[in-house]
Amino acid sequence: MSGDAALDVRHLTVEFIQRSGPKLRAVDDVSLTLYPGATLALVGESGSGKSTIVRALGRLLKPSGGEVLLGGRPSTLHRSDVREYRRHVQLVFQDPFASLNPAHTVAHHLARPLLLHAQATRRDVAERVEALLRSVNLVPPGDIARKYPHELSGGQRQRVAIARALAPSPQVLLADEPVSMLDVSIRLEILNLLDELKSERDLAMLYVTHDLATARHFSSEIMVMYRGEIVERGPSDEVILSPSHPYTQLLASAAPMPGATRSALAAARRTRQGARAVRDAERREATVETGCKFRRRCPHAMPQCASRPPDVETAPGHSARCWLFDQGAR
Amino acid sequence: MTAVGASTLLEPGSAGALRPTGGGVGHRAIVATRRLLRSSRMVIGLVLLVFFVLVAIVGPHLVGNPNAFVGPSMAGPSARFWLGTTMPGQNIFYQLVDSTSGTLEVGFLAGALATLVSVVIGIGGGFVGGYVDELLALFSNVILIIPGLPLIIVVASYVKSSSLLPTILIIAFTSWAGYARVLRGQTLSIRNRDYVLAARVAGEKTWRIIFVEILPSELAVIVSNFIFMVIFAILTQSTLAFLGIGDLSTLTWGNMLNVANNDEALTSGAWWWFVPPGLCIALVGTALALVNFGLDEILNPRLRVYKAPKVRR
Ligand SMILES: Nc1ncnc2c1ncn2[C@@H]1O[C@H](COP(=O)(O)OP(=O)(O)OP(=O)(O)O)[C@@H](O)[C@H]1O
Ligand SMILES: [Mg+2]
Repeated sequence: MSGDAALDVRHLTVEFIQRSGPKLRAVDDVSLTLYPGATLALVGESGSGKSTIVRALGRLLKPSGGEVLLGGRPSTLHRSDVREYRRHVQLVFQDPFASLNPAHTVAHHLARPLLLHAQATRRDVAERVEALLRSVNLVPPGDIARKYPHELSGGQRQRVAIARALAPSPQVLLADEPVSMLDVSIRLEILNLLDELKSERDLAMLYVTHDLATARHFSSEIMVMYRGEIVERGPSDEVILSPSHPYTQLLASAAPMPGATRSALAAARRTRQGARAVRDAERREATVETGCKFRRRCPHAMPQCASRPPDVETAPGHSARCWLFDQGAR
Repeated sequence: MTAVGASTLLEPGSAGALRPTGGGVGHRAIVATRRLLRSSRMVIGLVLLVFFVLVAIVGPHLVGNPNAFVGPSMAGPSARFWLGTTMPGQNIFYQLVDSTSGTLEVGFLAGALATLVSVVIGIGGGFVGGYVDELLALFSNVILIIPGLPLIIVVASYVKSSSLLPTILIIAFTSWAGYARVLRGQTLSIRNRDYVLAARVAGEKTWRIIFVEILPSELAVIVSNFIFMVIFAILTQSTLAFLGIGDLSTLTWGNMLNVANNDEALTSGAWWWFVPPGLCIALVGTALALVNFGLDEILNPRLRVYKAPKVRR
């Protein structure tokens, strides 16, 4: 990989205490690295723990284990450290209708982070707000700044949310399904904007999505998550075009690719619905277990699958957590 | 102004000059005032309220000693005694004017105190969460279950004091719990909204998140709670006074009713003694209720009344 890591996450584990039963391990020993100017995509079905990773990295919840290195330095929970961390690691939320406070103007949303992180002074804050709005293509910035969220469209709101995330001039941007709540017609615009900003500002970006097609297009590397674990990771094209892990294969076959026919779409929907029933059943079971978590749904399940599968490199830089590729096991 | 203009004026911010930075405060006030004046209930309520507050402030300086025995016993209204006299011959009009401040004091102080407690316990607990929240919620529920008026009567009849302060404290203490629960519920739902999380990610301090990001969404509820608690406090003090409980030496409308009742004004048909204080209590209550409805009308878009535009020729 090129250059030094912007954000290095090692063995991140997040557990939720449930009212009844054992703790729910939503993120299980996940390691990942974000590099400046590169996008890493995180894909996986609903409930796999993607948002939990983002929230833990955004310091909105406390991980139960692991460490996070920002620019090679571990960051503690000390007040000044948290502030420094927040200056460098910013989030874009999924729902732009929920992430802007209806009681405040656009200007307020952008001025606060600018002032908090000393990116502007009281005197030039209005100018800086306008510059930020221009950088996300919201024009005329003077008019937009005075508006309230309810006066903007979904796409405009998400641009404001992106501008807010950019306000402290961060190095790392975590985008949790940034376009899934938006109209299909403007999704690409927003993704292109994020991509441009990434290149212009040399941002290290984590792109969380359900959508394999955009994950492949906008990221250099993809990680596939299943029930809290990363089951496969590698260069985007490889992961999508020649998936190794049976779960990724399932995802890839269930995902409607551009140019899919009507019957292919219907088949994909059936696969997804079938998968959901199994998934719901699984979720009711104990959550901390040994062995491969996918084995009940896996067409290749074998006796070894009851013990923890190893991470095996199937190609340079491309690995899968599955017994199928373990040389000794065949 | 067109109908469209009238309705958009009510939208927050569409007036276009609400800047977060200091500059437009004057303009902001003008816009807010203009919005207030659009509700006729609000206007009537405010006028009444301002009238009573003025009477409370300047009234006592304009009338003579309300406790002096100046006239005949139980005389009806006349040019000399506008609202007649009491049994021992005191000027009832003087008493009525002088009672205004005491009555409003009870209402606003008890209301403010109860609001403060409900905000601190409801919003504080809801925001902090965890054990603190559970304990505070339990506490609110216990207070809520204790029947209010009987408790007030028991406590108030034990506490002997020649000021209204104990009454104010007791009323406040027994009336905050229901509103604290409402505010807690609201805070719990707002606390994890994305915009609050976003403020944390932006690096806002906790107190600023509470006051700037959460409180504005709850302001309407808090103000309306406050108004209802003022009404409740005035009515409760009047009830207590009528029953002869609490401090009866300070003049309030309720205390006037108590004396009138003791001196058999009701049975002897001396309406000039008990009707005016009763009417004043009802009027203040109405004024506060009107202000509350008016606020609702302004803050809640679904209750906005359509007003035909005024045509100027
Ligand atoms: N605050 C919480 N308390 C308890 N459990 C939680 C909490 N947040 C998430 N979970 C659980 O953690 C698991 C992972 O949730 P998460 O939101 O991270 O999934 P996701 O991959 O983002 O799903 P989606 O694609 O639907 O957004 C889920 O089973 C969820 O129920
Ligand atoms: Mg999610």
